Amino acid sequence: MKIRGKVWAWFLIILGVLYFFLPLLATFLFSLKAKLGVLSFQAYVNVFNDPKFIKGFSGSLLWATLTIVVGILLFVPTAYWVRLKVPKARSAIEFITLIPFVVPPIVFVFGLVRTYSRPPLLIVDSPALLVAAYTIISMPYMYRAIDIGLRSIDVRTLTEAAQSLGAGWGTILFRIIIPNIRVAILNGAFLSFAIVLGEFILARYLVKPAFAPYMLDLGQNRAFEPAALAVISFALTWACMGIISLVGRGKGQAPVGGGH
Amino acid sequence: MARPARPKISWAWLGVMPFFLFTFLFLLYPSSTIVIRSFRESGSGGFTFDNILALFKSPYILGSYWISIKISLITALGGAIFGFLLAYAAIRGGLPSFVRLSLLTFCGVASNFAGVPLAFAFIALLSPAGLLISWMKLFGFNPYFHGFTLYTFWGLSLVYMYFQFPLMVLIIAPAIDGLRREWLEASQNLGASTSQYWRHVAFPILLPSLMGTTILLFGNAFGAFATAQALTGGQINLVTIVIGSELRGDVLGNPGIGYALALGMVVIMALAIAGYTVLQRRTERWLR
Repeated sequence: MKIRGKVWAWFLIILGVLYFFLPLLATFLFSLKAKLGVLSFQAYVNVFNDPKFIKGFSGSLLWATLTIVVGILLFVPTAYWVRLKVPKARSAIEFITLIPFVVPPIVFVFGLVRTYSRPPLLIVDSPALLVAAYTIISMPYMYRAIDIGLRSIDVRTLTEAAQSLGAGWGTILFRIIIPNIRVAILNGAFLSFAIVLGEFILARYLVKPAFAPYMLDLGQNRAFEPAALAVISFALTWACMGIISLVGRGKGQAPVGGGH
Repeated sequence: MARPARPKISWAWLGVMPFFLFTFLFLLYPSSTIVIRSFRESGSGGFTFDNILALFKSPYILGSYWISIKISLITALGGAIFGFLLAYAAIRGGLPSFVRLSLLTFCGVASNFAGVPLAFAFIALLSPAGLLISWMKLFGFNPYFHGFTLYTFWGLSLVYMYFQFPLMVLIIAPAIDGLRREWLEASQNLGASTSQYWRHVAFPILLPSLMGTTILLFGNAFGAFATAQALTGGQINLVTIVIGSELRGDVLGNPGIGYALALGMVVIMALAIAGYTVLQRRTERWLR
């Protein structure tokens, strides 16, 4: 009886491992076939020498960095202030942070484009709108990570101690609160990073250079380079998740999300 | 004397105003635009139900909702069943403890690995020239001669499973952890068989969680766009794909219907998330 259960368990795990790794293996092998007859990293060389890749990838890096900065500057003070001064705002804010789950990205960008592409609100071409949109999309993860971080420290005591030593609000936030929840912030930051890097819809419909739209365009007329990009993309996702589980050491929320 | 009891709420709320302003501008206002314009006549601007009714009159739109719902249902059920079995095998299957840890790590990565690169990965594996298909051809079996294609409904479902079942594993794992071993022992001491234990103890406890997570997976697939776009080039008429083409070039001929189409998605997603939240709360009663 026990043995049979164990056999079943191994069988399922092996099935899962195959399903998980076979597509990756296929992609990796395929990406090595750019030169006829031999395995080579030629496809990767081609990709790195493509100016459009540099443009798309550095675009995504820039959007991701700005999204994280805006997220920290907006959500840390808000979550801190809610805990300290206006606990009544809590349920309203938590509700708002979950709305991006209900509005799928394609519907979200539909609303943004239709709202902001006519005067007097003609800002659809502004990169700022894209960063704002990314901040919204990563909000459920970023805000929650920060809020969980704040839950684990004694916000009130830290604030009062700092105030009695003469610290202003800026000092309290940047030199006391943020350093104390840096693990939580890193958690949210890397998750946001992974989300923005893999995100396709917003960049495509707000027409800005980014990694995923570049990848799709390349897939229209090349065979091996897109596979190389998929491998790079997977490695980056893996790196982000690895860093999250390293800094979080197993606790914290399950990193769930991304632009499907 | 003049103003009693007012100032208490006033100034502290200013601190959360940047958040409300930001989310109003970039989330609430654009979303409410969709709702409002769904009920507005394109020409005169007057109130109307015509756009909503038009959704139900167009076979094209109904068909797109039906395909989206079908693929979301199938991959949610498939992902839930496989994900649950996998999580249960790793946690309670008597396997070495590294299996559980690596499974959860892999699932964290896989549930985030989606969209364009995921589509490419499956093209490398299962396209007519893909790795697995060439292996099968070596054994004289070509699935493409037997009705299989990667670029239609079932192929896309198979690809969706890649981000569906890992999400199930991640969310259901704590619930399986919460199944106490004492419950199994107690039921065995009372003479219950394994199937009785499952039917009367474990399954009823896990049921809200299983149902809730399945609904979440439904929403996860329902909102998906990039994977289908990259895999089929927009050949499958999911609702998200139709919204995408409407956004590029007004394919529906009437902007009001576009808003109503988007609103329909939001309504279905809202129902799914609400269902998930209610059921997840139920689960938490047992799993402390």
